[in-house]
Amino acid sequence: MPLARTAMPAQDPKERTKNFDEVALGYSEEMAVREAGRCLGCKKPPCVEGCPVFVRIPEFIQRIRERDFAGAIRIIKSTNSLPAICGRVCPQEEQCEKLCVLGKKGEPVAVGRLERFAADWELAAGVERPSPPRWNGKKVAVVGSGPAGLTAAGDLAKLGYKVTIFEALHAPGGVCVYGIPEFRLPKRIVHAEVEYVKALGVELVTDIIVGRSVTIDELFESGYSAVFLGTGAGLPKFMGIPGENLNGVYSANEWLTRTNLMKAYRFPEYHTPIKVGRKVAVVGGGNVAMDAVRCALRLGAEEAHIVYRRSEKEMPARLEELENAKQEGVIFHLLTNPVRVLGDEKGWVRAIECVKMELGEPDASGRRRPVEVKGSEFTMDVETVVMALGTTPNPVLSRSTPGLTVHDWGGLVIDERTGATTREGVYAGGDAVTGSATVILAMGAGKKAAAAIHEYIRGKES
Amino acid sequence: MYKIVEKAVLTPVTKKFVVLAPMIAKKAEPGQFVIVRNGEKGERIPLTIADFDRAKGTITIVFQEVGRSTADLGLLREGDSILDVVGPLGLPAELPASGRVACVAGGVGVAPTYPKAKAMHERGVKVISIVGARSSDLLIMEKEMGAVSDELHICTDDGSRGFHGFVSEKLRELLQGGARFDEVIAIGPLPMMSATVEVTRPLGIRTWVSLNPIMVDGTGMCGACRVTVGGKTKFCCVDGPMFDGHQVDFKEAMRRSQMYLEQERLAAQVRHEGCAAGGDR
Repeated sequence: MPLARTAMPAQDPKERTKNFDEVALGYSEEMAVREAGRCLGCKKPPCVEGCPVFVRIPEFIQRIRERDFAGAIRIIKSTNSLPAICGRVCPQEEQCEKLCVLGKKGEPVAVGRLERFAADWELAAGVERPSPPRWNGKKVAVVGSGPAGLTAAGDLAKLGYKVTIFEALHAPGGVCVYGIPEFRLPKRIVHAEVEYVKALGVELVTDIIVGRSVTIDELFESGYSAVFLGTGAGLPKFMGIPGENLNGVYSANEWLTRTNLMKAYRFPEYHTPIKVGRKVAVVGGGNVAMDAVRCALRLGAEEAHIVYRRSEKEMPARLEELENAKQEGVIFHLLTNPVRVLGDEKGWVRAIECVKMELGEPDASGRRRPVEVKGSEFTMDVETVVMALGTTPNPVLSRSTPGLTVHDWGGLVIDERTGATTREGVYAGGDAVTGSATVILAMGAGKKAAAAIHEYIRGKES
Repeated sequence: MYKIVEKAVLTPVTKKFVVLAPMIAKKAEPGQFVIVRNGEKGERIPLTIADFDRAKGTITIVFQEVGRSTADLGLLREGDSILDVVGPLGLPAELPASGRVACVAGGVGVAPTYPKAKAMHERGVKVISIVGARSSDLLIMEKEMGAVSDELHICTDDGSRGFHGFVSEKLRELLQGGARFDEVIAIGPLPMMSATVEVTRPLGIRTWVSLNPIMVDGTGMCGACRVTVGGKTKFCCVDGPMFDGHQVDFKEAMRRSQMYLEQERLAAQVRHEGCAAGGDR
């Protein structure tokens, strides 16, 4: 049994910063079968416990080992409607792979890569069209077509509900289309997964802002028995430092939305512009910051910098993304925090003034609190600044819906067990509840809420 | 898809569309806007709702062709459809129910002014409208404004019609002549709104302006539309688009509105070349 996992081929770092094509290229059949051969097929598999949607991991890996790829994807899809997305963007190292028995002595089985392989195999071979079950006579509305909404919708459709997803933007997929870049999650993959959910009988309407175009009350009035809110965390945070409204300062949301959803990297063929300085600084240390800084390189920046106030150890970004960024030549300024953005006489960014930080006592998050080093101020010449400091839920919906309670930071208050909000028949999950987290946690929440909605509607009938 | 049921050419560069969008028409209030996207490669363009008809399920948009996206939009004909129209977005205007209100509108800003003047007029507010443009051929919606105003003053920068000068100067003249207003609503290009709030500031007359900064999603997601109001950063799309004009940092707003001038020039050039080569359309 090899201790090391089978490597996955990737685009050369020097080449890939010149294009938006996918970086990781995926396993070949031979590689997948070889990697699948490392799985011990545990009787009580700990990996499954680490999966928020309980994919039957050893079972699907066994099928890959037997070269029954169709069988593998069928097992995955019985609990996970979005495997090609999950195989790419799940933090497996924190979940299934973390609990793999092989990880104790060597490297854990590459569960994510195998999931991706099975999903991609099916996309290439032609997706097995599911046959929607018979309608049980009930309708459920899902707000938002991101990972939480798509999962809830898929699960409810499988239970026989007629589901309508309302999406505010012009394209479905939520953060998978506006946030995560093409080179990490190709949009054709998202499109295919959305099509699969639609094939389950789910209706999807775009350009509808629930809370504005239509209210939750009106949804109930028009015959929906329950509503799931998967509205995400769309509101960007800024630092509140001087100079943040200078020309050339972006929120990561704007930077990524222009690039990914609006395809500004293909301007002027696509009509939405983006302004990329010679030197770009991205403030933050999460996955979104890594996405933003790697986009900067691909958009033509000569230098792309990460400015992060803690050390590498505290960075919330996945190790893999951090490594990718390093390989691509991103310059890291750790234990560094901007104190103001400096502009030129025309109001464009010319530099950021930063201060060095050191780590003090642990704070509420358990991470050591960064504190300023007095007198360590210095300036960095940059023309573009991207603030990737996290996001909070958008208040548009909660403000327009009586009976919904939110935390002071904007997250919806729910019953952790069921996803039920403070308003009867209204459930929620994903970033709208947790603040910015991961695709798979949102999917897990969507799954849990779908089951609870099913129970709620059945309970009302009896 | 949202069908254009009526198209009117208001000036050589200003078009009016009446668009079938029943869900938006049902909810629209004066002051709110929509985002339109014309084609798969198109930008998301914020446009104020200039009128709405709940019974017919239509909204009216009026836009000036200032760049590639609006010029492309202007090519659509009656019967064509717009790919995406989403709304209503933004907060409805807080309109008074009585008193005297001056509606000061410049250029294409007449369009967003109209639904507010109309709503106030219907409530019995005395509406005194000051409508202007660079020259007489660029004046729009004069008849509509006349129908909802107790007084209508026309101004042109070049003196080709009505008062010779800016709308802000006409407002100053009325005020100096003893006119009294409880509130002023000023909508138009940023320099025009900025000049108008300086006329009313010393007199302490509450003055609302409607801003139309660069936006992407229009729902509070991107923050492109940041504007400083009373020293605080606001998102125009969810906190506006109407703000207390005396609190708005117009200098910053003007600077931010120019963020993509370079790209807009390039896009206009590409479009021009495409047209000359017989491409695009």
